[in-house]
Amino acid sequence: MKHILLGASALALTASMAMAQNTGITIGDQLEPPHLDPTAGAAGAIDNVVYINIYEGLTEFASDGSVIPALAKSWEISDDGLTYTFTLQSGVKFHDGSDLTASDVVWSLNRARAEDSVNAQKVLFANIADVSAPDDTTVVVTLSTPTGNFLFNMAWGDAVILNEGDDIEALKSAPNGTGAFTFTNWVQGDSITMTRNENYWGDPALLETVTIKYISDPVAAFNAVMGGEVDAFPTFPAPENLPQFDADPRFTVIVGSTEGETILSTNNKMPPFDNPLVRKALAHAIDRNAIIDGAMFGYGTPIGTHFAPHNPAYLDLTAQSNYDPDLARQLLAEAGFADGFTTTLKLPPPSYARRGGEIIAAQLRAVGIETEVTNLEWGAWLEEVFKGKDFGLTIVSHTEPMDIGIYANPDYYFQYDSADFQALMDDLNGATDPAARTGILQAAQRMIADDYVNGYLFQLAKTGVANADIRGLWENAPTQGSNLSEVYWAE
Amino acid sequence: MKRAFSMPGFAIGFCMAIVFVAAALLSFFWTPYATDGVDIVNKLRPPAAGNWFGTDQYGRDILSMLMVGARTSIAVAVVAVGIGMGLGVPLGLAAAAQKGSLIDEILMRGNDLVFAFPALLIAILITAVFGPSAVNAIIAIGIFNIPVFARLSRGAALSLWTRDFVLSARVAGKGALRISVEHILPNITNLLIVQGTIQFSLGILAEAALSYIGLGAQPPMPSWGRMLADSQTMISFAPHLALFPGAAIVLTVLGLNLMGDALRDLFDPKINRER
Repeated sequence: MKHILLGASALALTASMAMAQNTGITIGDQLEPPHLDPTAGAAGAIDNVVYINIYEGLTEFASDGSVIPALAKSWEISDDGLTYTFTLQSGVKFHDGSDLTASDVVWSLNRARAEDSVNAQKVLFANIADVSAPDDTTVVVTLSTPTGNFLFNMAWGDAVILNEGDDIEALKSAPNGTGAFTFTNWVQGDSITMTRNENYWGDPALLETVTIKYISDPVAAFNAVMGGEVDAFPTFPAPENLPQFDADPRFTVIVGSTEGETILSTNNKMPPFDNPLVRKALAHAIDRNAIIDGAMFGYGTPIGTHFAPHNPAYLDLTAQSNYDPDLARQLLAEAGFADGFTTTLKLPPPSYARRGGEIIAAQLRAVGIETEVTNLEWGAWLEEVFKGKDFGLTIVSHTEPMDIGIYANPDYYFQYDSADFQALMDDLNGATDPAARTGILQAAQRMIADDYVNGYLFQLAKTGVANADIRGLWENAPTQGSNLSEVYWAE
Repeated sequence: MKRAFSMPGFAIGFCMAIVFVAAALLSFFWTPYATDGVDIVNKLRPPAAGNWFGTDQYGRDILSMLMVGARTSIAVAVVAVGIGMGLGVPLGLAAAAQKGSLIDEILMRGNDLVFAFPALLIAILITAVFGPSAVNAIIAIGIFNIPVFARLSRGAALSLWTRDFVLSARVAGKGALRISVEHILPNITNLLIVQGTIQFSLGILAEAALSYIGLGAQPPMPSWGRMLADSQTMISFAPHLALFPGAAIVLTVLGLNLMGDALRDLFDPKINRER
């Protein structure tokens, strides 16, 4: 009898261990977020944790990049395109137990668009003239001009809805959202844990716990996945290791698209890059395929303009800036730099930049352009390059979705100042007809390609690796962050 | 010198070191392939007839990279040892000449202060403040060489100051400076050569370590340490990327240490007497 009991308890133990394995997941990520308030910071690492999982917006992105209803069950748009009437989901509760009401939405949007707002994407809210709440489940947003992509804007992680009156500083370490997971614990420098929200208004999460573990070193990341310390690494930092995972039946390699246009950013106001001929020469001096192959081990799609290839409005303009070093030399001579010149190439930490930088430096050297390469950490890069504009060239991936609008801002770090382009973006903001929008977007793609604003390299691929039994991970990255509530273990 | 070569340790170490010095010198005029271009099509080739040591992740010939890398390593180590000797030895001699004075105290306590910091920490501090570059790596490694030479020369000089020939020089009216230069320095040269050899190998190691963590020579300047660092994620499918620069570091440092040990045995009177 005793033996049987022992055997039974041992069985129960193994069963519970198996259960524990199947109801939780550990996900690896490279960068730890500075804090957890997506409405007060630009760091993509924040959204990687909280977007959809903890905080939700009126609308949200699906894995394929389409915009779907979230906290707003439905909406009506007035004929003039200026008034959006949102009907909220009923029975939505914040994690602290308070109800979501229309006034929370009004408060959140007003806070984001306020004069003193610290929102990293204030432009998303720029066209909002007024937000009001006729009753507890209805929100009326009035725009100053028709904004064709307003619902798209509301899907961003920067536009999530907070609980009115919450202590904003406290939210940075203890987020209080409406999502399918509640924040549990943050071990600084190590991991963040979320637990299933049992009172979730929609379909509950399939996993009980999600732990996001921070491993910045690519070798450590490789070992962590191989050793089973993390179950998935959605954006694996070393593409050269993916073939090994692919050959191993324990793992699946997930290759999808991202919104990351990886570009050789050029300081358009700094001589000699203020000369379009020099920028054109630069574009022809670069061999995109060698960069994709050498830096990303083949993962990535060549681009000829600042637009995502999976977008229906994308134009393939790569032929316009094909690899032609002889033409590049000729253009440099035409511009008065027959003997070349020296400039700076400042590189942030990701491998696409560091490795791509070495390859680009060699390619530029071949046409007579010498580069002084400086490797910078993200903080220094933001300070020197992004804010200080003290650079000749840099390599960076612009991961925001549909961000061609940055070219309309003459103060943006690459300092492209074109009245024509700015007028084009004004037209785009006023256009709601899909065909008209596509036409304008394509004209915009052509314009920046014709002006050779930056060196357009490739669309960053999302290269992830996961345990072969995991299902439901997002294949693509239409934005920073992904919905983890649909992830489960197959068995 | 003949005696030195009759010692197997010195002979072996010398041969190992001279190969790398020769490779570094040769790289000024000729390398099998250029190291400043990339050739992605031929990346990660294993060692073969065309590329004896294979190619790296950008398709560059690893042998050529190692040859130019030897230049970086040796240049950094030579200049760093030069800084250490050039500043450390005069400081040590001055302290010994003024033994017990305030100057002696200030110099030697200052030395202790620098010495108390782990060498690599100083290097990281300097490169963090002034930015990573080969020049800053040289300065950093040079600074931690100063107290080594200062202490050595002070200690050796102190015992010499009590010797009769120094005493007679003083009686003859020579000043402290002349005695230090004409009588003390020639008598500690042996020690300095031994220490210089050892510091030289430590300098090569330190340069590799700094480059490994990204604070030494910056791309496109080839460096053994950075070659190692870059190979990390590829070790499992392209081991030659790590093997050759690793072996280069090990063999050079081993060779220099063998030389240093042999020279110490040679110059040490106690060991000589036993022979």
